[in-house]
Amino acid sequence: MADRPEEAAGKGVNKPSLSLHVPEPTYRPGDPVDFAHIVVPEAGAQARPDEACEAIETSDLCYDLIRVLGDDNKAHGPWDPKLDPDTLRTMLHNFAMTRAFDERMFRGQRQGKTSFYMKCTGEEATSISAAMALASDDMIFPSYRQQGILIARGYPMIEMINQIYSNKGDKLKGRQLPIMYSSREHSFFSISGNLATQTPQAVGWAMASAIKRDSRIAATWVGEGSTAEGDFHSACTFATVYNAPVILNVINNQWAISSFSGFAGAERTTFAARALGYGLAGLRVDGNDPLAVYAAERWAANRARANAGPTLIEHFTYRAEGHSTSDDPSGYRSAQEREEWPLGDPVMRLKNHLIEIGEWDEDRQEALDKECVDHVKAVTKEAEKNGILGHGLHHPFKTMFEDVFEELPWHLKEQSEQAIRERETKFPEGRPNS
Amino acid sequence: MIEAINEALDIKLREDPDVIVMGEDVGYFGGVFRATAGLQEKHGKTRVFDTPISECGIIGVAVGMGAYGLRPVPEIQFADYIYPGLDQLISEAARLRYRSAGDYISPMTVRSPFGGGIFGGQTHSQSPEAIFTHVSGLKTVIPSTPYDAKGLLISCIEDNDPVIFFEPKRIYNGPFSGYYDKPVEPWKRFDESIVPEGHYKIPLGKARHVTQGEELTVLTYGTMVHVAEAVCREKGVEADILDLRTLVPLDIEAIEESVKKTGKCLIVHEATRTSGFGAELSALVTERCFYHLEAPVERVTGFDTPYPHSLEWAYFPGPVRIGEAIDKMMAG
Repeated sequence: MADRPEEAAGKGVNKPSLSLHVPEPTYRPGDPVDFAHIVVPEAGAQARPDEACEAIETSDLCYDLIRVLGDDNKAHGPWDPKLDPDTLRTMLHNFAMTRAFDERMFRGQRQGKTSFYMKCTGEEATSISAAMALASDDMIFPSYRQQGILIARGYPMIEMINQIYSNKGDKLKGRQLPIMYSSREHSFFSISGNLATQTPQAVGWAMASAIKRDSRIAATWVGEGSTAEGDFHSACTFATVYNAPVILNVINNQWAISSFSGFAGAERTTFAARALGYGLAGLRVDGNDPLAVYAAERWAANRARANAGPTLIEHFTYRAEGHSTSDDPSGYRSAQEREEWPLGDPVMRLKNHLIEIGEWDEDRQEALDKECVDHVKAVTKEAEKNGILGHGLHHPFKTMFEDVFEELPWHLKEQSEQAIRERETKFPEGRPNS
Repeated sequence: MIEAINEALDIKLREDPDVIVMGEDVGYFGGVFRATAGLQEKHGKTRVFDTPISECGIIGVAVGMGAYGLRPVPEIQFADYIYPGLDQLISEAARLRYRSAGDYISPMTVRSPFGGGIFGGQTHSQSPEAIFTHVSGLKTVIPSTPYDAKGLLISCIEDNDPVIFFEPKRIYNGPFSGYYDKPVEPWKRFDESIVPEGHYKIPLGKARHVTQGEELTVLTYGTMVHVAEAVCREKGVEADILDLRTLVPLDIEAIEESVKKTGKCLIVHEATRTSGFGAELSALVTERCFYHLEAPVERVTGFDTPYPHSLEWAYFPGPVRIGEAIDKMMAG
């Protein structure tokens, strides 16, 4: 211990004594909010390197913020994806539909029709705009807040609601917590409750695609909080080692339930900058700018498809609502944050852009919003015919034992018979509707 | 046994372009136990390759490869190091078919050397099979002879469920009687080492009768098959020794039939005792064969301690411990 300079001098203690830094968010409930410290660079000011560039050439972009839509609602700079108005209107339609879906499902949970729901309000661009930049058969490894991708890919909404209600129409047979969708047909991987596990899986899928000399790529979505998981480190390492055709989307919405992004390391660096240490290309994008998100995802997709390597994209956004129906954000953050968030709302920004370029107007927006609300309402009514949670219209008991293995082993056969016996004891006259 | 495993991998790599072999040091070098020697040279770097030192990554990418449609055969260098991959195995591989209602499956076979008796100390000797048998959706397979190793491994690779394939490294080069002071006799002196060329399968979920007898049933697997056999021979006990081969799914019919015949059941495994797989076997035998039992079911296992280095042979459930249990049961 004599190698400590203070000790050698006979003093024996640290001065000042060591202290542990525990991060603290800037605003707590009741605090007025001022986001002046968040640097919002000018739209169009970011350089767009060649898609096949060395990862190190993206260094500046890891600390910047790629933006296309300016305060003037016009598209600016080299990242402008120059989308045609029809594509922009489709994007807006997907936004509006996802928002209407979220509103209705949240209310459904409050009405006791299901046990649980999670909204993606404010983050629609990070999933929908990103997915629209990919091919429809590129494989998606989502987290739980990318429902907009299923809507953008044309997955039948009734299947989503059947899943949320765990009813007899649920393709996942009531086995999964609401919103943990799966659709092989729509190249949408089964959602797991275990965070970040999908990230090395996406890399493995991409490696498989490369092994088979396929042309499809993989993309994964993970929250900034989950980047602290070991799996994310594995994903970044494997992605670089094998030059896997994969895009790692990090949705930095500032909050992991009640923990602000400082607990995932955001106080001292950006999440995009993590890419550089692995040798990945990194982009940091305004996650509420639908055009910038589209452009960044397309850049990364082209890079992956050209065997030029994987990309990590940090989508800088804000979780406008609670974490889930089980969460009340007024217990840990200022209610003003949402209003003061400097990057605005992705739906409004796209709408205003379309109006600015003369391809949209307020009346059409009103009609669109109404159409979406009516559609979701009609589909919900249809889905409710298959039952709602806890009202008896579920899959037969024996299905609980199926798909554990490809074939039913003897011990599951025995347990299946037991469950059916118990049901007969409980309802000797038979139970209606089940 | 190493050659048999190598042959099984070679055959499946040749037959099925979707089979991928990967793990730490398995590629160019051919594996620290030589199980994958020569395979990269023969099948190419995109079929057989080295990975970063990340068990979570190895299993995680294997889940993704399985979702794509490949049939990955990842290696975990020692079973003692499988734990960083447990979340991917338990939360993902094991549940993928169930949670997606068959949308996605995880047809991987995780090969891993396991078990002690080689002065491996705490982290090169463990037998963690009970961690996996407790997980719904995983199959657990443990061979005890070269013939079985090849036939079982081919079955595992062709199986559409995730399988944990534990290879008892103590018997990679020859069977082990439990007498650690005697030289190991190589496999080639034993009939079980005769491995047919080409493709053959041993079905999962089927036990092997090692010896037939009327006096005592012994339920065991892996290295302990050979130790138990040697002890029964010395004691002159006519034992019905069952090498379980597959722990999940278990060959319950063979177990019931044997115990109902002999009335006595001894369970032998190297893993620690409390909540070990022996506890499940003991419970099943008691539940299903209670009125046929003439003595309490006995378990001979490793002690409930981490695997020691210098006291290995005091820890290992060898001839003395097994012999005492047999004497007690035969006297009863």
